Amino acid sequence: MSSPKRKLFIFLFVAPAFIILMGVVVYPFVYNVVLSFSNMNLRHLKDWHLVGGRQYLKVFTEPTEPNFYIVFLKTVVWTTVNIFFHVVIGVFLALMLNRKIKGKAVYRTLLILPWAIPQYIVALTWRGMFNYEYGSINLVLTKYLNLPAVEWLKSPTEAFLACILTNVWLGFPFMMVVALGALQSIPQELYEAADIDGASWFHKLKNITIPLIRPVMIPAITLGIVWTFNNLNIVWLVSNTGEPSDQTHILVSFVYKAAFNLYRYGYAAALSMIIFVILLFMSLTFARRAKVTEGAY
Amino acid sequence: MSNHKQKRLYLNILTHAVLVVFAVIAIYPILQIVTVSLRPSDKLLSTSLEIIPEGATFRSYVNLFTTQPFLLWMRNSAIISLTVTVTGVVLASMSGYAFSRFNFIGKKFGMMSLLVTQMFPATMLLLPLYIMLIYLGLINTYLGIIITYTATALPFCIWTMKGYYDTIPASLEEAARIDGCNQFQAFYLVILPLAAPALVITGLFSFMTAWAEYLVAAQILQDTELWTLPLGLKSFESNMSTEWGLYGAASLIVMIPVVVLFLLLSRWLVSGLTLGSVKG
Repeated sequence: MSSPKRKLFIFLFVAPAFIILMGVVVYPFVYNVVLSFSNMNLRHLKDWHLVGGRQYLKVFTEPTEPNFYIVFLKTVVWTTVNIFFHVVIGVFLALMLNRKIKGKAVYRTLLILPWAIPQYIVALTWRGMFNYEYGSINLVLTKYLNLPAVEWLKSPTEAFLACILTNVWLGFPFMMVVALGALQSIPQELYEAADIDGASWFHKLKNITIPLIRPVMIPAITLGIVWTFNNLNIVWLVSNTGEPSDQTHILVSFVYKAAFNLYRYGYAAALSMIIFVILLFMSLTFARRAKVTEGAY
Repeated sequence: MSNHKQKRLYLNILTHAVLVVFAVIAIYPILQIVTVSLRPSDKLLSTSLEIIPEGATFRSYVNLFTTQPFLLWMRNSAIISLTVTVTGVVLASMSGYAFSRFNFIGKKFGMMSLLVTQMFPATMLLLPLYIMLIYLGLINTYLGIIITYTATALPFCIWTMKGYYDTIPASLEEAARIDGCNQFQAFYLVILPLAAPALVITGLFSFMTAWAEYLVAAQILQDTELWTLPLGLKSFESNMSTEWGLYGAASLIVMIPVVVLFLLLSRWLVSGLTLGSVKG
């Protein structure tokens, strides 16, 4: 093929990629930066103008109820607790599934289900299960465990806990599947050699299993952190827009509310920028720290 | 040695016990949806924990199709999801190929920035697009939501495609060229069929992005005529009186095809996700 023809071909393939990048990365990003320095809201939708860093200042100082710092703290708790349980439950179940047992395929399929269901259905269903009078969680608590019923959705702490429980349920299968894949690639000879040396179960876990599944788990955990930090669906739908009285927000639901319920576009754009920077910084630090400790093995 | 065997037996029983407990936890909410969908209308609010409720009936399913615009929502969702899927697969398969095979200015920056979009909080993509749609008069249109969904799904799709093309040796195209294919034919007839698994993942991911999305749709589609399934289902759940029967029946119908597809493809989905990041 002649050179101009080849160039045309390359152009035809690169052009869509370029247009997409412009449309879904560069344009929203730049526009969001501009918005974050503007006073745009529902009243100033078309006649907005730049107001400097005022919106950023507002994010940090405005005495909203709840304020930025509390929501940020909640987001950190939300992410840490969720990821911790996702990884622990996921790896634990993967270890069980990796043993030679009957019905492995059935267990595996059943355990993946929470990941397969659309998130909004998960959230709405769990919201129903947390109902005080008729929800099955309270019914199980009172009928079988003789515990008092809990007002899941009416008080801040319990509502937040309800969101976390839902999200833990939803997220462990991903980690389980990733860990199972990693476990299956560990050569069996390593364990046999360890057995000959008389290594205990715990030693094998600590010295063979964990170091060998680490390289696969680290990217998955990084991804998990980003997903969980950014998971709007669960908090928004389980707590029904942050009820009671906006006490159940994490940063992304807080900013979604500012943008689409309160129409504070400039403010929401500034807050989005801040969240983005936090997230970028967090995942970079995590990835780097993981790499540094990797050298220890 | 019998001691050892006994220990193994106990361990197996313990493993099964743990797996059964977690399996029950995993399927219980789904059974809950089944139960609710089968309840007769006078017992929607019940404090019974039976899986198959007393006086089970398919009434809710019938009502869903006869008294609710469920078929309309389904049609809307299907139109939007299928368009997003086709657009996503076509654009990602082409762009991914460009990123995998050619060198051009800004290639590295492009791949990195696609990755960085995954760290955008939802509003950072949504708000600018939303305001753009207002300016263009595309709020309350299929086109508006299709653009938004495609934009959301594309970065992941391009990464998956690029990662997969990277595993296909370039010598295959060279061989095809020697056999008389032109460059496009080499891509279309040789590489694309080999990339079928990645195309399936990309398609599934695009489809799910549109089929199971509530928060974006809630902002862009305000006209009930245009509602997608998630908006319809959410409307059954209100603070005053939740239509649990209808909600349960609709949820099951919506999720069964997606769940089946997902289970069939979950293995590839994971390898697609981790492959990209491990190699990246």
